[in-house]
Amino acid sequence: MKLIDTLRYATTAASGAPLRTGLLMIAMSIGVAAVVILTALGDGARRYVVGEFSAIGTNLVIVLPGRSETRGFNPANLITSTPRDLTVDDANALLRLPGVVRIAPIVVATTEINADGKLREAMLLGTNENYLQVRQQKIALGRFLSQDRSGHGTGEVVLGALIRREIFGSDNPLGKTVRIGDRRLRVVGVLAEGGRGMGMTTDELLIVPVASAQAMLNSNTLFRILIEARGREQIAEVKAQVLKMITQRHDGEEDVTVITQDAVLETFDKILNVLTLGVAGIAAISLAVAGILVMNVMLVSVAQRTAEIGLLKALGATATAVRELFMVEALLLSLTGGLLGLALGYVGAAILRHIYPSYPAYPPLWAVAAGLGTAMISGLVFGVMPARRAAELEPIQALAKRA
Amino acid sequence: MPSLPSANQDLIELSQINRTFYLGDSQVHALRNVNLHIASGEYIAVMGPSGSGKSTLLNLIGLLDRADAGTYKLQGDDVTTLDSDAQAQVRSKRIGFIFQSFHLVPRLTAAANIELPLTLAGMPTAQRATLVVQALKDFGLTDRAQHKPNELSGGQRQRVAIARATVQRPAVLLADEPTGNLDRITGEEVVRLLEALNAQGMTLIVVTHDPVLGARARRQIKMEDGCIVSDSLSSSIAT
Repeated sequence: MKLIDTLRYATTAASGAPLRTGLLMIAMSIGVAAVVILTALGDGARRYVVGEFSAIGTNLVIVLPGRSETRGFNPANLITSTPRDLTVDDANALLRLPGVVRIAPIVVATTEINADGKLREAMLLGTNENYLQVRQQKIALGRFLSQDRSGHGTGEVVLGALIRREIFGSDNPLGKTVRIGDRRLRVVGVLAEGGRGMGMTTDELLIVPVASAQAMLNSNTLFRILIEARGREQIAEVKAQVLKMITQRHDGEEDVTVITQDAVLETFDKILNVLTLGVAGIAAISLAVAGILVMNVMLVSVAQRTAEIGLLKALGATATAVRELFMVEALLLSLTGGLLGLALGYVGAAILRHIYPSYPAYPPLWAVAAGLGTAMISGLVFGVMPARRAAELEPIQALAKRA
Repeated sequence: MPSLPSANQDLIELSQINRTFYLGDSQVHALRNVNLHIASGEYIAVMGPSGSGKSTLLNLIGLLDRADAGTYKLQGDDVTTLDSDAQAQVRSKRIGFIFQSFHLVPRLTAAANIELPLTLAGMPTAQRATLVVQALKDFGLTDRAQHKPNELSGGQRQRVAIARATVQRPAVLLADEPTGNLDRITGEEVVRLLEALNAQGMTLIVVTHDPVLGARARRQIKMEDGCIVSDSLSSSIAT
């Protein structure tokens, strides 16, 4: 029997029992749709987190004060027990390293802004003119901070989009003076709306020169130093050099932690991939159940079509041909159900994205392939038994059952 | 056997065929030491009461059943020892079946039902189409080609079944109570069709309860308790 004829015959056999076929396909499609939607959720979480971290910038190396791990005994610990602060000088020194392109020191505090007779709480961020490029953010109005040559602050401030709207409304804030803490600063620019990173929105930021921020807070400590490496390949090298230089500058004491964006990204990527896999595994159980249903339905089909099988044999069908007919039918059912489930899953993921626009709920390709593959394999595996039973029917007994 | 029509070679040659069924603890000897020679082109009626083994004999000739002992030669080939795939091949090429309950596939059209044995044999589509068109024409079913079995009358259904059984031009046509589910007039029609096929040279073996139908055959075989009790050429009518 030719393959195309086998296919056609199996198709008419499946469509000849629409209720049975329909129910089976619903079960199979729910299984596949579950895999697609759940992995879309899991992978969406991964994309979201990775996206958050990527939004910080590219090729970043970040220096944090303090040690996150203990490594043996250092004689320096006897003399100085508290870690040295990270300073602007440390940051400037790092700029001399070969693989480094830009550096942005960071100071963070909560503060109040007072302007136009309005008072509002806001996040104060002290940094330098490179911050905008390092963090890959955009200016909506005016310009960013200028270079602070004096090292005492330039008296400039850049406002977050929300702050600007709440204080100035639709007025042009450029050139206006605002009071931040006990200082008067001139507004030179407004950040573009929607900037984010590390779970923090930039819409409520006040960005001032690092020297001004330190003066306001009466401290010379830095919260972070952001370093942009020349390229992806240099990241590891830069990390080592940075650590070496800071250690040197801090009297041989390794009192900072240097993390790379890549490492953080990779960790989250790994964790959330495992999560997605786990979720996919749970969804796959429903596929296995659907597979058993395929077997059940095919067994019923064999029982109902005993006379037909006998007839096929009387008409010269070999056992192989009969087996193939039923295998193809099982495969066809599970494949169609799988494709239906795929469509259902994509629609479900699209609805999710519609409800939560910031959540990138796209099913990963491997999950789609695995879902469809599992559907087919379960159809194949669970189709074997019924098909064999059909093939082994004695034609004479099969025919004796009056159709 | 002097009473049989002479032939150079027997089409069907059964010798010492035994077939026993086991129903629970009891044994049923469906066939006991059956010897039978059938020449090509014969028209045979197999008659006997229920349980006499006539259907078993037909199934055995049709290779739907295997003998426990004895040999069966079809056109000189020993088919007793063939494996099931080879037997399927023989059924496909040399044997046509007609059943009391027609056994049409309900979801397939008349044309597709007739096409089924050709499809199973793996014949190319174009060739199948011409054979089916011819068969539909031969049996006056052209205008019913696209109808499903449930849209056909009993007589039409049996005609589809006969067309299907003969589309491969088998050497033997086996009919198990072909008129059993039909009224007298359509039954008559079907029998005439079968006889016409026999007249073209196809060997026809009919199993029947109906003495009138049985009497029309040129050779009558009567069975009882798995044995052939009489085997005679018809004395009453000639073809």
